[in-house]
Amino acid sequence: MHHTHKEIELSTRHTLSVIVDNEAGVLARVIGLFSGRGYNIEHLTVAPVDLEGTESRITIVTIGTPQVIEQIKAQLDRLVPVHNVGDLTESGPHVERELALIKVHCQNDQQQSALRIAEAFRAKIVDSSPESYIFEVTGKTDKIKAFIKLMENMGLVEAVRTGVAALTRGASAL
Amino acid sequence: MSGKEFSGAEIVINSLIDLGVEVIFGYPGGAVLPIYDALYQQDKIRHILVRHEQAAVHAAEGYARSTGKVGVVLVTSGPGATNAVTGLTDAMLDSIPVICLTGQVPVHLIGSDAFQEADTVGITRHCTKHNYLVRDIDKLSRTLHEAFYVATNGRPGPVVVDIPKDIQIFTSANIHSGAIKHRSYRPEVKGDINAITEAVKIMAGAERPVFYTGGGVINSGPAAAQLLRELVQLTGAPITSTLMGLGAYPATDRQFLGMLGMHGTYEANNAMHDCDVMICVGARFDDRVTGRLDAFSPGSKKIHIDIDRSSINKTVQVDVPIVGDVAHVLEDMLKIWKATILEQGHKSCDDWWATIEKWRARDCLNYQQQDDVIMPQYAVERLQALTAGKDVYFTTEVGQHQMWAAQYLKFDRPNRWMTSGGLGTMGYGFPAAIGVQIAHPEALVIDVAGEASIQMNIQELGTAVQYGLPVKIFIMNNEYMGMVRQWQQLNHGGRYSQSLSCNLPDFTELAKAYGGHGIVVDKPADLDDAIQQMIDRDGVVIVDCRVAKLANCLPMVPGGAAHNEMILPEEKDISGNNEGAALV
Repeated sequence: MHHTHKEIELSTRHTLSVIVDNEAGVLARVIGLFSGRGYNIEHLTVAPVDLEGTESRITIVTIGTPQVIEQIKAQLDRLVPVHNVGDLTESGPHVERELALIKVHCQNDQQQSALRIAEAFRAKIVDSSPESYIFEVTGKTDKIKAFIKLMENMGLVEAVRTGVAALTRGASAL
Repeated sequence: MSGKEFSGAEIVINSLIDLGVEVIFGYPGGAVLPIYDALYQQDKIRHILVRHEQAAVHAAEGYARSTGKVGVVLVTSGPGATNAVTGLTDAMLDSIPVICLTGQVPVHLIGSDAFQEADTVGITRHCTKHNYLVRDIDKLSRTLHEAFYVATNGRPGPVVVDIPKDIQIFTSANIHSGAIKHRSYRPEVKGDINAITEAVKIMAGAERPVFYTGGGVINSGPAAAQLLRELVQLTGAPITSTLMGLGAYPATDRQFLGMLGMHGTYEANNAMHDCDVMICVGARFDDRVTGRLDAFSPGSKKIHIDIDRSSINKTVQVDVPIVGDVAHVLEDMLKIWKATILEQGHKSCDDWWATIEKWRARDCLNYQQQDDVIMPQYAVERLQALTAGKDVYFTTEVGQHQMWAAQYLKFDRPNRWMTSGGLGTMGYGFPAAIGVQIAHPEALVIDVAGEASIQMNIQELGTAVQYGLPVKIFIMNNEYMGMVRQWQQLNHGGRYSQSLSCNLPDFTELAKAYGGHGIVVDKPADLDDAIQQMIDRDGVVIVDCRVAKLANCLPMVPGGAAHNEMILPEEKDISGNNEGAALV
């Protein structure tokens, strides 16, 4: 998609929650809509959320002008297996979390620094060998990014992120 | 849900009968043999054997558009399905309810690159409203009913049901009956009454209103067209229509300004540009309609009625969005207008009409008549004159002839005009005419064609002759892909790259070879006689009407121009700058 300077300026980040029927191909429909119409996907998470596994919740973080965001929601809403589309960014306060696993390969003093940083970020050690750790860290996207950035100097080997999961605050549901 | 077991193939046929299907357009192949076998053993559904699967879908579209029913297609796996893709995309863009049943390799072979295997649901995901791969025989019946529900509810569109061959043979007693209550897809038909009330208030206060109506009126059904007529006449406002909406409002009525957009009339486009209130009914602000977006109707308040929320504010921001079915919303609008506006009266549009009549007086569809060569505009005018009052349906291919047909034919009723608007599919018109003729065997069905477009599905002459369908093909033969040539003249310095129709067949001999009849005409004096012969003669007739080769389709809003920057017929030199060259 071609972006003018103005479009980039007016673009904002939106976290969308989409409840879908958990049928074959539904994720392909959602992703295909974004690629086919030139919309951005910054994050995407999907998994069944009810006990029977008949419905899934897709969380999408996207960036666009107000007009594009409205269009994305309308396009998602008309997909046949989509039950509900919510815009968490628009509907008010909400909680966003991501989980990341970060593997570092480090020597003695770097090890100490890495452990200190991990503690500050409340990261858990989920695997360790004499020369490496895997940290598990959860939090907002900014925190995850900051942690990974710090680990780059501590012998970062690889990292994996789940993408954003989000819910509105308070008792109401989507 | 209990009792007798049926094979998948029987379930397919029985479900279609249940759903009121009378005709299927299709082509057999390995992966649909069980369904064709079941089809053979019944006599409720008629099967029309086409010569190419693309034509099956277009025929189903013609059938659907001219009846308001669902068009049904049956094709095999792999190439059968991929050949149908253009037709499906066409139905998608023009919101035509079509069900396409595709055969698939047996479930256990899916993904193995089996013979004639294609990922049909993957390929058609983007060009259908929805699609299904049936992996469980017990879900087949329900899926077929759901497919019809999805194709016809909300904004209509094509739905593919991919049925593996083993599913067609397995048996099940699970038979769905009754209406579908869909888990997630339940489009609203009633519009928000507050928005409708606000819209009526704005309309009543308008000094320069215009109705801009589209295919949504026709898709909503005959009641919508009737309600539109009533509302437009109550308000006294002018009305213009998109290509897709022609016939929803009577073209011969004084309030009708003709088509708008790229090849719309001077009065329609100027009215759109200068109006103070625009009432968009079942149209979608397509780029052919709006021209340059930042100069589109700059001073108007815009009301938009559409059943598809995603059509609202997609390209043009509107002031009063109303999501709902056209007929339902118009009914409410009329009620409110009658209850609140009728007595107190609304603002007069007299000054507005005086302005519009001045635009009208420019007579933008005027053209230079010739003695020795048939002008294409004249050909369509004569087609109109000689078929007026008859039970006639027109289809078109795509290009200049299509636009001339839209400009010079006069449709007073909906469902009489089938053309490929959104996708612009050359080769649409002839198979669509076959579908129309199947639905209306006694009617006069004419495909207005170009010599290039008609060759894209010319093989359907076999189908038309086989079923005794007296479809008339009126080819306006200018030996060019006329619209391509016109754009090359406009944007590419007159370098006619590959737009000459070389090595044309003798169309009359071609008609004869298939068992039809052919007529050639090249003199204006002989034109009426040729058209009359075409109408009077039984069976398939091709008229090879040789028209002026370099005529341009005007008026025209060139790519990247605004509605009030039209090229009018008196402007001989249409070659422009290269600004529009990057636009489509």
